Amino acid sequence: MNVRLYLLQRATAAIMVPLVLGHLAVIYYATRGGLTAADILARTRGSIGWGAFYGLFVLAAAIHGAIGVRTIASEWAGLRGGKLDLLMWSFGLTLAALGLRAMAAVLLP
Amino acid sequence: MAMAMAIEVSIWRGRANGRYQTFTVPLDQSQTVLDVVTWVQRKLDPTLAYRFACRVGMCGSCAMTVNGRPRWTCRTHISKVVEAGRVEIGPLANMPIIKDLVCDMAEFFAKWQRAKGAFAPGKSRHDPIERISPAAAERVAADAAIECINCAVCYAACDTVRWNENYLGPAALNRAWTLVNDVRDAGQRERLAALAADGGCHACHSHHSCQEHCPKALSPVRSIAGLKRRSLEAYVRGEL
Repeated sequence: MNVRLYLLQRATAAIMVPLVLGHLAVIYYATRGGLTAADILARTRGSIGWGAFYGLFVLAAAIHGAIGVRTIASEWAGLRGGKLDLLMWSFGLTLAALGLRAMAAVLLP
Repeated sequence: MAMAMAIEVSIWRGRANGRYQTFTVPLDQSQTVLDVVTWVQRKLDPTLAYRFACRVGMCGSCAMTVNGRPRWTCRTHISKVVEAGRVEIGPLANMPIIKDLVCDMAEFFAKWQRAKGAFAPGKSRHDPIERISPAAAERVAADAAIECINCAVCYAACDTVRWNENYLGPAALNRAWTLVNDVRDAGQRERLAALAADGGCHACHSHHSCQEHCPKALSPVRSIAGLKRRSLEAYVRGEL
């Protein structure tokens, strides 16, 4: 962990605080409000607002999680050097790809 | 008044693959853990290796692991640590064992160097002496961390040191914090760069073990938090 990774992890955590709350509120509203899948898709498809909300969320989570996994792998599994960075990038890019794919499923028309 | 009781003292013998050896030691009034170890070395086994110097809590030489907890042994009364008539004394953790209770502190002190724990002068004898007010914020911050005796108790207690051999550790970082707050020091940029690198202050998980175990009641974790703040500000300003 150096100052750059520290800043990225703290900044993404700060960004995610309101996003997590918003995400939980959306889950609660969508499931308790009796919305059907068609209702939800009608609201999300082509929506720039939801795209920005979840796009930011996915990228912040990918960066935050990848740095955390890097620290855990370093301290608990003894991984060092190039392998450690490879794991961080692979994990982060996988998270980002999965998140963006899920977004595409509900955002693209 | 001497007490007629005796305790069983298990002391680590050998190197990393050694074992505990048990001795019976008579209890005495105001006896310290260091007194017990010295009694064993002088009366029972002169080959027992251990370190001490001042015996009054100033030099930082005599720290050992007592019943699993790092402590300064010259200021720890045996009566406070005996459990059911027994006490276990080993070398400090997180450092290679040289012999018995003596561990190799070379890496511990090398990390003080890597943390730029030495004052970097920027003036000559011809310059006027800098006036530092005792009430200045920097002086107050340095004062809170300055009484470290280099005993390595915090280093032995630190989880992050155990997990990450590159981590500079609470003692070196606490020392660096006193210098970061020294307005006379001319090596701040190099110091902050060293502290902000991999294994520096940002590796600290704030477990507070250093503060919990420090025999001088210092708070290295607070010093490290200060370093995190200071180096982050420097990084954001583009100075690192």
